[in-house]
Amino acid sequence: MADRIDLSLKINGADHHVSVHPFARLLDVLREDLRLTGTKEGCGEGECGACTVLLNGRVVNSCLVPAVQAQGAEVVTVEGLAEGENLSSLQAAFLTHNGAQCGFCTPGMLVSATDLINRCPNPSDDEIRDGLAGNLCRCTGYAKILDAVHSAAEREAAR
Amino acid sequence: MIGASSIRKEGRAKVLGTAIYTDDKFMPGALHGLTVRSEVPRGILRAIHFGEGIPWEEFTLVTAADIPGTNLVASVVDDQPFLIGIGEEITHSQQAVLLLAHADRHLAEKARRAVRLEIEELPAVLDIQSSLDLQPLIYGTNNLLKEIRIAKGDPDPIWAQAAHVIEGEYRTGAQEQMYIEPNAMLSVVEPKDGLLQVTVWGSLQCPYYVHGALKQLFGLPEKQVRVVAMEMGGAFGGKEDYPSVNGGHAALLAWKSGKPVRLIYDREEDLACTTKRHPSRTRLRTAFDADGNLLALEADFILDGGAYATLSPVVLSRGAVHAAGVYRCPHVRIHARAVATNTPPPGAFRGFGAPQSLFAMERHMDRCARQLSLDAVELRKKNFLRMGDTMATGQVIREDLDLAGLMDRALAAIGYRDKRAAFALTNPEDGPIKRGVGFSVFMHGCGFTGNGESHVASVAGVEGLADGTVAVLAASTEMGQGKNTVFAQIVAEALQLPVELVDTAPVDTDRVPNSGPTVASRSTMMVGRILEDAAIGFKQALVQQGFLAEPYTPASFQAAVAKAVAALGSLRCYGQYHRPPGLQWNDVTYQGDAYPTYSWACYAAEVAVDLDTFEVKVADFVAVQEVGRVVNPTLAAGQIEGGVAQGIGWGLWEEVAMQRGRMINNQMTNYIIPTSVDLPRIQVIFLENAHAGGPGGAKGIGELPMDGPAPAVVNALENALGALRLDEVPMTPDRLLERCEEVSHG
Repeated sequence: MADRIDLSLKINGADHHVSVHPFARLLDVLREDLRLTGTKEGCGEGECGACTVLLNGRVVNSCLVPAVQAQGAEVVTVEGLAEGENLSSLQAAFLTHNGAQCGFCTPGMLVSATDLINRCPNPSDDEIRDGLAGNLCRCTGYAKILDAVHSAAEREAAR
Repeated sequence: MIGASSIRKEGRAKVLGTAIYTDDKFMPGALHGLTVRSEVPRGILRAIHFGEGIPWEEFTLVTAADIPGTNLVASVVDDQPFLIGIGEEITHSQQAVLLLAHADRHLAEKARRAVRLEIEELPAVLDIQSSLDLQPLIYGTNNLLKEIRIAKGDPDPIWAQAAHVIEGEYRTGAQEQMYIEPNAMLSVVEPKDGLLQVTVWGSLQCPYYVHGALKQLFGLPEKQVRVVAMEMGGAFGGKEDYPSVNGGHAALLAWKSGKPVRLIYDREEDLACTTKRHPSRTRLRTAFDADGNLLALEADFILDGGAYATLSPVVLSRGAVHAAGVYRCPHVRIHARAVATNTPPPGAFRGFGAPQSLFAMERHMDRCARQLSLDAVELRKKNFLRMGDTMATGQVIREDLDLAGLMDRALAAIGYRDKRAAFALTNPEDGPIKRGVGFSVFMHGCGFTGNGESHVASVAGVEGLADGTVAVLAASTEMGQGKNTVFAQIVAEALQLPVELVDTAPVDTDRVPNSGPTVASRSTMMVGRILEDAAIGFKQALVQQGFLAEPYTPASFQAAVAKAVAALGSLRCYGQYHRPPGLQWNDVTYQGDAYPTYSWACYAAEVAVDLDTFEVKVADFVAVQEVGRVVNPTLAAGQIEGGVAQGIGWGLWEEVAMQRGRMINNQMTNYIIPTSVDLPRIQVIFLENAHAGGPGGAKGIGELPMDGPAPAVVNALENALGALRLDEVPMTPDRLLERCEEVSHG
């Protein structure tokens, strides 16, 4: 078995080439090799959703994705949501509605919510609940997150 | 300013993903630390065997024999060792025996599995009753970690005279805090100016607890220990006392290796070995006259405290003081005990003993109403505490307390009367869904119990910075509750500045004074009050020294601070806790003012039970509370909503399954916390009644919402299903099925 494997992937629009541990997970590559620490590890078994990223446009738990499967892929993490200094509509809404308390679930929650609004531009409470059911939050009871997603969806619709 | 929903100070970094939590901190050359634990609940450690195929010479290894100072974790009682040595007694299944560290995380994990512990097993105590029966004796002379008695009047003559005497037994299970960020510590130990300097960065609520623990562990003076609180991914009490343990472990590895060490728990380890809510058993006996007036109350309140005292004495204390609930009663006897078992020590979790005893009392009141053929609303109205009444400790209610009004508000908001009437018609129909509505009325004491605040004598301050802005100096930590924002609002209000000109200094024991631990719903009310004083002192100093003239604008204030800092170099002003006049407490008799004040609440829940699956859906929830003046309505509502979610979880789903003294469902997959699809929108209503002791009239808020949901939901279950033995939480589908079968089988 090789000690390291070479991996090429596009993250938040930029090309990266890294040499990683053969058993590394996509989460490890992001956090340890590329030091993109916005993506969090809460459980390591795909339950909490704190490590959610977009892989080729699809929502995944990056703790369950072997790095080798991300060869050549396009990845979007929380660090890729803002445009420079400008927060995305969802980020701004999470800030004003107190959708982030401790903030540890927030990166994954924002990535899932971004995907949700793309698929479903005007979601109901229940559609938001379904869309975010894979992202656990222990602080908010989810109400302020629902408020934030509604507010961001309205702002996007008005653009 | 106070009363405004200012935006969370650290919120921008959190939504950008740039906030630095412990495991995000880059430390070149750091080793990965791991812990080897006993797997039996009780025994004598005879030997540690290091298996073959591991390059042990590359590892840093720490055992009890290496500890440079005292091998006891500084806590309420110093009885818990950091590591168990050869020949010593193992007292629970997660006891740390060996620490190891290596640069290669994968190899370190392989090495942990290659260690074999030789343990001579001893019989273990695994539940409350075995501990009470001394089967066997495992702690002190009686297996008691703490015993408290509270007495008012004399209940004994009442039992025979009273029209009704009603007894009940209630149980509550352990609960995991389940902060999304597992426990995490980093440490560096290196010489500085010829002296050993121990530094720990971590996910921790109480920097000075960890600071004290490290001083004792290494036998070092204050100046040679530094603790830094990183951004924290939730805590809820779960990072109150445990960080003294894992912080010590990380520092021991860093000291022995001479390298930076990361000690980051994975979820399975975190769930298995860190603290939980104490399991409880409460027996209540109440006497009523023919009209339903409460004449006497006796409570036997027991917590399972695990293998060491840790925080059990103070958790027990809060639980005992809250055991009589919100009712006027002339004769009260409370006997509270925390018993030792061979299980990992439970610890702090939002509510801190009060949710356990209040669950018992609020379930009991509904059961009493049923037995007295009275309405649960009317029974409570007859017996509520009012101004001038005395509580069990003899504390006199000095505020204009209107619990009946508070309850009516909650019942109106949920449509209690209409729903009761409607469900009485629909529940008897065929069909598996049965609906119910129920409520609970409760209080939560603000700040530490009894003399706690006087003992800590917290200090906090404000500092002028070179750019003319103001920094808050306090060891209180941000765990998502909004401390950074609320403290800035309190100081901004005192200085009449916009909140943008005030921010918090990093929580680093080299920089901030000991404002006490971030616990007990005390930060806003207790530390906030000290900050208010410090800010006023700061302004007066600027005026007296001629830097500032009143009245001032924010711009002239900022210019004055910048000028003063340039002239004086540093500009800090501190305040300290002073016991308000008139507060009295006796630690021995448990008589007096248990808390400076209380927050009060009524929570109401509507449930729908599916009798095919025994699943329970909470269809509606109302939380009405009086918490003094609300400093930041949006953050406060977030606290209430989050606390209610945890309370519903505890009431219905969150079960810690133990086998041989070990949690066996130690994964997020099979320990179930509420997801976004499991909860209704929670209606949050604040009734503001300014409290003289808090900053701008504020009281404590953080723990209150944990106390009420479980009894409200279970009372609603009784309305849906009738008089079942609904005496325990979590009321999981399995348990609910069992209770229904008890009735159908007679």
